[in-house]
Amino acid sequence: MTETLHIDWTRCDGRGLCTELLTPLLGRDDWGYPLVRQAGGGGRGNVDIDDEYAGAAREAVQLCPKLALSISNQAPGVRDRRRPRTSR
Amino acid sequence: MDNALWAFGRVSGIISLLLFTGTVLLGILTRSGRPLLRIPRFSVALVHRNIALLATVFLILHVGTLILDSYANLNLVDVVVPFLGSFKPFWQGLGTVAFDLLVAVVATSLLRHRIGQRAFRAVHWFSYAMWPIALAHAIGNGTNGTSPWFLLLSVGSLAVVGAALLWRVSANFLETAKTRQGGLA
Repeated sequence: MTETLHIDWTRCDGRGLCTELLTPLLGRDDWGYPLVRQAGGGGRGNVDIDDEYAGAAREAVQLCPKLALSISNQAPGVRDRRRPRTSR
Repeated sequence: MDNALWAFGRVSGIISLLLFTGTVLLGILTRSGRPLLRIPRFSVALVHRNIALLATVFLILHVGTLILDSYANLNLVDVVVPFLGSFKPFWQGLGTVAFDLLVAVVATSLLRHRIGQRAFRAVHWFSYAMWPIALAHAIGNGTNGTSPWFLLLSVGSLAVVGAALLWRVSANFLETAKTRQGGLA
């Protein structure tokens, strides 16, 4: 199952932990912020995570010093924050 | 048995303080966003957390053995309410204050994902108060607190933590400070 890692840009401060844990998926710009190498559904704040990186993505969510990361199980492209919780 | 408890109570306090010194230094390094030589940022953050928890274990042993020890004559109230102890109440009370602050810092750290970044950060700042209070408690209350070797260790720790603090408030503290300043120019 594909999961989506979501970067909350209002919280992100470019500390770089996620880019170390998910180097194949996330680059880093000159200011330290993560650069999504291949944007998932919903733009450059979303990264599609396959099984290979599921563990590393979870650690990134746990360790992000700004709590800027979250994971959703939604299939890419249909992620909508207003969707009711019951449909999860 | 009492001698063993007394000895362990003392040495566990010293070990705990040294580990907290390391915790503060690693915390400041984590905040800068920099890796430590070849150790990546996420590892530095994990080592910061694990050394803090190890220090907490030694602190619990420190307090626990001294509750059981008859010289220290510590009771459960003294563990949480400062300045009521029977032996050097002021200096012992500082240890209690540091312990209370630590409980708050550890609890909010473990619950960071639940309570949110703002509450976590507000409470985490108390670490900067907790460390010097713990050091003062060690010097004022410890049997070896004013021994030359311990004072030397204290001065060394103060110098290192002080230097880290100066770095913390300096303009180039953040790994990305130069680039970000450049962007504003």
